[in-house]
Amino acid sequence: MRVNFTVNGRPQEADDVWEGESLLYVLRERLGLPGSKNACEQGECGSCTVRLDGVPVCSCLVAAGQVEGREVVTVEGLAEFAKQRSCGTGACGTSLQDAQEWQAKGTDSQTGEGEELSPIQQAFIDAGAVQCGFCTPGLLVAADEMLENNPNPSDADIREALSGNLCRCTGYEKIMDAVRLAAARQGEAV
Amino acid sequence: MDFLRPASWEEALAAKAEHPTAVPIAGGTDVMVEINFDHRRPEYLLDLNRIGDLYEWEVGEDAVRLGASVPYTRIMENLRAELPGLALASHTVASPQIRNRGGVGGNLGTASPAGDAHPALLAAGAEVEAESVRGTRLIPIDAFYTGVKRNALAPDELIRAVRIKKADGPQQYSKVGTRNAMVIAVCAFGLALHPETRTVRTGIGSAAPTPVRAKTAEDFLNAALEEGGFWDNGKIITPSVAKQFADLCSASCNPIDDVRGTASYRRHAVGVMARRTLTWTWESYRGTRPASEGAA
Repeated sequence: MRVNFTVNGRPQEADDVWEGESLLYVLRERLGLPGSKNACEQGECGSCTVRLDGVPVCSCLVAAGQVEGREVVTVEGLAEFAKQRSCGTGACGTSLQDAQEWQAKGTDSQTGEGEELSPIQQAFIDAGAVQCGFCTPGLLVAADEMLENNPNPSDADIREALSGNLCRCTGYEKIMDAVRLAAARQGEAV
Repeated sequence: MDFLRPASWEEALAAKAEHPTAVPIAGGTDVMVEINFDHRRPEYLLDLNRIGDLYEWEVGEDAVRLGASVPYTRIMENLRAELPGLALASHTVASPQIRNRGGVGGNLGTASPAGDAHPALLAAGAEVEAESVRGTRLIPIDAFYTGVKRNALAPDELIRAVRIKKADGPQQYSKVGTRNAMVIAVCAFGLALHPETRTVRTGIGSAAPTPVRAKTAEDFLNAALEEGGFWDNGKIITPSVAKQFADLCSASCNPIDDVRGTASYRRHAVGVMARRTLTWTWESYRGTRPASEGAA
């Protein structure tokens, strides 16, 4: 079947989608957006977290056919999504090509330098909250959504908002630091 | 596999009548796991996401009519006063991502003994609104669970809503697991005080082939509270009464040993949760009784 939906602000069309296929599979394998990670495929790990009509969900548990006509934001579109949220301008979105080509790589060893990042992505880098990086996209999407709705989160708020995202490297402390940092910067900017 | 996308409830009922083997999918938090792991290859998937009615709720005089697909997040945020037990139970479901998608209709459809909503529904008192092209019927929650992952729905029926009695007294919910998130209950316990009828109702999860009420324990406690005039005098429940209640709750379990816990641990934990939730709700009841009835 064919599925038409909006990804990172741009209309997209996926063809030959199997009826039992997940949104995650469509994003990764049909639209070439591997930022959302495929790990547990049962909603336990959160590494496939995306926004579906603004709400964080595990894309592995959304049937592709269910996103027909709906809006999805993936980690590849997060920088643009955050930018538009902060400046409040009209939707221009991230093209599929830009999203596919997006990389957090810089001109030297300092990862991310020279690339445009969302505040939460920058905070993850600055706080050293990334080790192997596999869980990072899901954590970024979940943390960004929390900060959108709760600009001054307590530690308990952060823990709860990220409770559906597993990280097996960091022990979570640096991730907590990163979210606190992003919240503090967000507060300064206002 | 065919993906059926009804745009309205009537279309969904017609599709289910035409294809009784169609598997309804709403939040997908159960169905997609089975498909991803190749445990299930239904001939038809019946997507309910486009049916807006299922995402709405109505607060009536005596009950809340909760649409089958209202996500747990909405229940936590909006129905804490009317359905405190279910709101607490909803908050223990998995993670924010899952609570944004899953709802009580799916919990009932799957009818796992470990479903988090069941003890709260049993304790509050509820009816499942099942509908087909043949009409609507209300299935009492006590009669809904018929076996391990089996329920009383006919093949052509879909769950439209759950009608849950509004709380007329304190309710509590307790769940045992290895952490506060992403946990399938080792066992769970719901308790509701119903001062209007002077009764206590319970619900037990993950400790029998189906979610169950501890009816013998309820009968004992109802009699003990009545006999001691507790509803009027608001006295602290006698420790021996609380212990007997807890023991009877344990005895009403029929658990198994599995990867999450042993049968004997489950029996023990249900007793502990029964005593605690009784104490919590009773303390709350004593605190909220009109002062004219005298201090305890």
